Amino acid sequence: MAKITFITKDKEEITVEGTSGSVMELAVKNNVKGIDGDCGGVCSCATCHVQVDAGHTDKTGVASEIESDMLELDDDANEFSRLCCQLQVTEAMDGVVLNVVK
Amino acid sequence: MEHQTETQKKVKTSEFPDPFEQARIERGYGDIDDQNDPVTMLLRLKDVRKTAHNWKTFISGATPGRIVVPSEVAIRDIRQIPFEVDPPEHKDYRNLVEPWFKRPLEEEYTAKMTKIIEELVDEVIAKDDIEVVSDFSLKLQSRCLTLLLNIPYEEAETWIGWGVHVFRSEESSTDADKANILFDYLDEQIDRAAENPSDDLYSLLLSSEVNGKKMTKEEVKGVMILTFAGGRDTVINAVTNSLAYFAEHPKSLERLRQEPEIVGKAVEELVRYFSPLTHMGRVVTEDTKVCEHAIKNDSRVSMCWASANRDSAAFENPNEVVLDRKINPHVAFGFSHHNCLGATHARQILKVLINTLANKVGSIEIKNYKENIEEWGEFNRKVGFDNITMNIKGK
Ligand code: FES
Repeated sequence: MAKITFITKDKEEITVEGTSGSVMELAVKNNVKGIDGDCGGVCSCATCHVQVDAGHTDKTGVASEIESDMLELDDDANEFSRLCCQLQVTEAMDGVVLNVVK
Repeated sequence: MEHQTETQKKVKTSEFPDPFEQARIERGYGDIDDQNDPVTMLLRLKDVRKTAHNWKTFISGATPGRIVVPSEVAIRDIRQIPFEVDPPEHKDYRNLVEPWFKRPLEEEYTAKMTKIIEELVDEVIAKDDIEVVSDFSLKLQSRCLTLLLNIPYEEAETWIGWGVHVFRSEESSTDADKANILFDYLDEQIDRAAENPSDDLYSLLLSSEVNGKKMTKEEVKGVMILTFAGGRDTVINAVTNSLAYFAEHPKSLERLRQEPEIVGKAVEELVRYFSPLTHMGRVVTEDTKVCEHAIKNDSRVSMCWASANRDSAAFENPNEVVLDRKINPHVAFGFSHHNCLGATHARQILKVLINTLANKVGSIEIKNYKENIEEWGEFNRKVGFDNITMNIKGK
């Protein structure tokens, strides 16, 4: 079981728990504002953009090349940016804090 | 090509070759002439994405109709909204219509859509051979559009009567008479909604303010033209081509029945593979370069989604349908600010269609067909079928 905290644009903090699937799916299931997941998680829409809270990046690892290519063209992207459909919910993610970008 | 020839038999009916590969690898672009207003087609995924994103150098807010290829400058002077408006104004229009176009995610909407599609599938199962484009896809698109506009179901009959494209006809790819049928129809509907507001899209738009100003009838018409034109032949092709695919891949349909959790991925993959809209243009505002190629101010480029979606730099086995492709950075719904407003509705249509076919259909047999080949300069692209007769049997 991993606890994942989303902080939305209007500073609402939502902590949810999950065991499997992608972080995007977990967010959509829990109606986290700003995570749409339009493409269903195949790295095509960038509507699942989050920024990993500094200090938690070791939990999430780094983006793949295809994911980076997508993020490169997002005006709000920075070094902490990830597409959360590319993050799997695992024990290793427990406690991670993600800032929703939109 | 009403009947299959020897060569056609070797290539599957549902196979859609990639005509851009060589040019994409060697040059990265292709040149086409469109009504004396040439277009540089950009073929690589990265170039296409960057161009779509750079709205300052590659604008949409040009002369109405000019960014569309083939150009519609000769047949309309009304601006399609939000599609032919650039940031920052674009955002206000987009914000206004976006929630409405996300309604397909609501349970009630999906339930109504399921009913429409199930009824139609039952209807074609009960018949012998059917011509899929006009007897299935056109009806499906028109009937589902009543949900998107939130108007009575019966209205679909009018649009079915118009045929598969609102601007194009057998004779011409930009048919002014045909366009006028739509424009007159929209004027009538807008006047009706102005007199008698209801909970349909026309009324919502008429009662809305954008940038502190009430939407004009002309602006409302601009949104409606986009809604009608953008999702017409694209959805029809996606639906028809998917049926052809399942006819020749019955195991895929069976797999989707057993693993409904991959339906979302299958939808993304089918739209990548078919890329119902070949490309979309932009007007260039300064001398610039894409993939080492000089592009002149006030000329046109197009972002070739169909080519980008087969770019082997991003897709493994790009010419194969991999139903559960996990990483699929396709641009079949466009990219960046102007990505397809109707994508949520289109995705939902395909999801419901696949689920319904998986549950109800036993076999699909293709009898004969005529391919729809688009000609873009040196490239001949199969985009769908002008007609295709199938026999669809129930379980
Ligand atoms: S959900 Fe589409 S890119 Fe992540």
